[in-house]
Amino acid sequence: MEPVSSLGVQRPKTKRNSYRNELYGILFALPAILGLVIFTLGPMIYSLYMSFTDYSGSNSPSFIGLDNYTRMFSGEDQYFYKALGVTLYFVVLSVPTGIIYSFLLAILLNRNIKGKAIFRTVFYLPSIVPIIAISFIWLWLLNPDLGLANELLRAIGLPGSQWIFGEKSVVPSLALMNLWTTGGTMIIFLAGLQDIPRSLYEAIEIDGGSKLNKLRNITIPMMTPTIFFNLIMGIINGFQVFSQAYVMTNGGPNNASLFYVFYLYREAFQFSRMGSASAIAWVLFIIIMLLTYTVFKTSRKWVYYEGDEAR
Amino acid sequence: MRTKAWVEKGLVYLVLMAGGLFSLLPLIWLIRSSLMDMGQIFELPPIWIPNPFRFSNFSEALTILPFGRYFINTTVIVIFSMIGVLVTCSISAYSFARMSWRGRDLIFGLLLSSMMLPYAVTLIPTFIGWSKLGLTNSFIPLIAPAWFGGGAFNIFLLRQFYLSIPRDLDEAAYVDGASHGRIFISIIIPLTRPALVVVGLFTFLASWNDFLGPLVYLNDESKYTLALGLQQFKGMYAAEWHLMMAAATVVLAPAIIVFFIGQRYFIEGITLTGIKA
Repeated sequence: MEPVSSLGVQRPKTKRNSYRNELYGILFALPAILGLVIFTLGPMIYSLYMSFTDYSGSNSPSFIGLDNYTRMFSGEDQYFYKALGVTLYFVVLSVPTGIIYSFLLAILLNRNIKGKAIFRTVFYLPSIVPIIAISFIWLWLLNPDLGLANELLRAIGLPGSQWIFGEKSVVPSLALMNLWTTGGTMIIFLAGLQDIPRSLYEAIEIDGGSKLNKLRNITIPMMTPTIFFNLIMGIINGFQVFSQAYVMTNGGPNNASLFYVFYLYREAFQFSRMGSASAIAWVLFIIIMLLTYTVFKTSRKWVYYEGDEAR
Repeated sequence: MRTKAWVEKGLVYLVLMAGGLFSLLPLIWLIRSSLMDMGQIFELPPIWIPNPFRFSNFSEALTILPFGRYFINTTVIVIFSMIGVLVTCSISAYSFARMSWRGRDLIFGLLLSSMMLPYAVTLIPTFIGWSKLGLTNSFIPLIAPAWFGGGAFNIFLLRQFYLSIPRDLDEAAYVDGASHGRIFISIIIPLTRPALVVVGLFTFLASWNDFLGPLVYLNDESKYTLALGLQQFKGMYAAEWHLMMAAATVVLAPAIIVFFIGQRYFIEGITLTGIKA
């Protein structure tokens, strides 16, 4: 008589049996376990080791201690602070605007609206466009002489912009482009909004509260966990922008869009400095962890968790 | 009061329309530009409807570079990645959702936290690993990871679906002597087909849209994917916007088609990742 469940309601603890169950469990998960070791943990350790070496990818790595790191932080590598600044600027611009924009659309869509499904599809559509095609489209739209963007500005009497070709305007332009692809965030917000119990709003209606009241006292507090999730994801993704910079601006003009990962890519694959590039990667990892940790810390103050339900 | 409600409703639609316009205008501009000749595309004020429709842009753009070759390359990578993810991810997710073994929660925790790891950290060592094996400039580095669980995100997603299946179903089968393999194939898989479609679609898009992977691993032009081909095209025909837009449309079209076919599943999938996170 082969006994009951694997996850254990009333499994009798015969030794042979539990051993077999363990083995099968691991066997089934083996692809994921191997993947974790081969493509994540192993590379992480190797990369940490490389970050302390001088290594071109073809010579044998020679240990140089913290040199790669001191070169970055001392400013001897003039691009490190530049890349960090550019990327931070992008994150500061693109994450809040992306969240506010998609939250606003989600709130409006969550009302009793005709054509809701169509709007939802339309808002989401840009996020499935391949990044290379996105870059092409926006290169053309933002062309200073012939692009549609400046044409529209001129039509309403505003001066055009240099967009991605201006040192000052390149990062804001890319943040605008980022706004175009926030459909996924909008859908997550919409799903969160649909989960808020109607009864909460009814309570306010009975008290004669206004719509603004509902928004301030119910919608926003109830949505803080979702805002929190999107904020973390936004930060993580924002720090890893690469393709736009590679395809559209090549880091320019005058390094004004030298995004962190682009800087890393250049170091690794154009200058063959694998050791230094690994150090750059680890610093990015630590920055992202610190930021995420900080957001987590502050989240106790502003994220509302329903009951004790840990989300 | 009534007029106030009307004004409010009007404002809501106005904002939604503006948002919709912002989403659609670039795509409309892309398609309209891909169907014009050099003269029309630059005309001011801009013309919205091409006259005549110049479909020859497509054949011209597609014959300048071997886009047929790129299409085949991309398709090969996409299909083998999808198969790999669907097979290995579903098996692993089953183990995490339904089987108990020592270290399971630890491994799953590690998997989840690996989602926060920037790909930049693993990119370089993985590249060096593949080049030591002499496998760069082949499709293998782009496909192989899919065969090892298909990434934390997909495992998380599928596990979430599996957990939503009532446990009574497979427990009954287990009591009747069915093996885990049998339960997985004849109970779990049929019940979670929509979930597999979601994962399959996400994998398709990620693989079809991938730019950095092919950029790092493929050197030979004969091995290029569509994304790399497009990048190459830009270097050579930067001023010929009508041809560039035609080429971009061709690369974009399959993603859009797949999206419209599987739209329902997409929305479901994203929703799930957001709420349950």
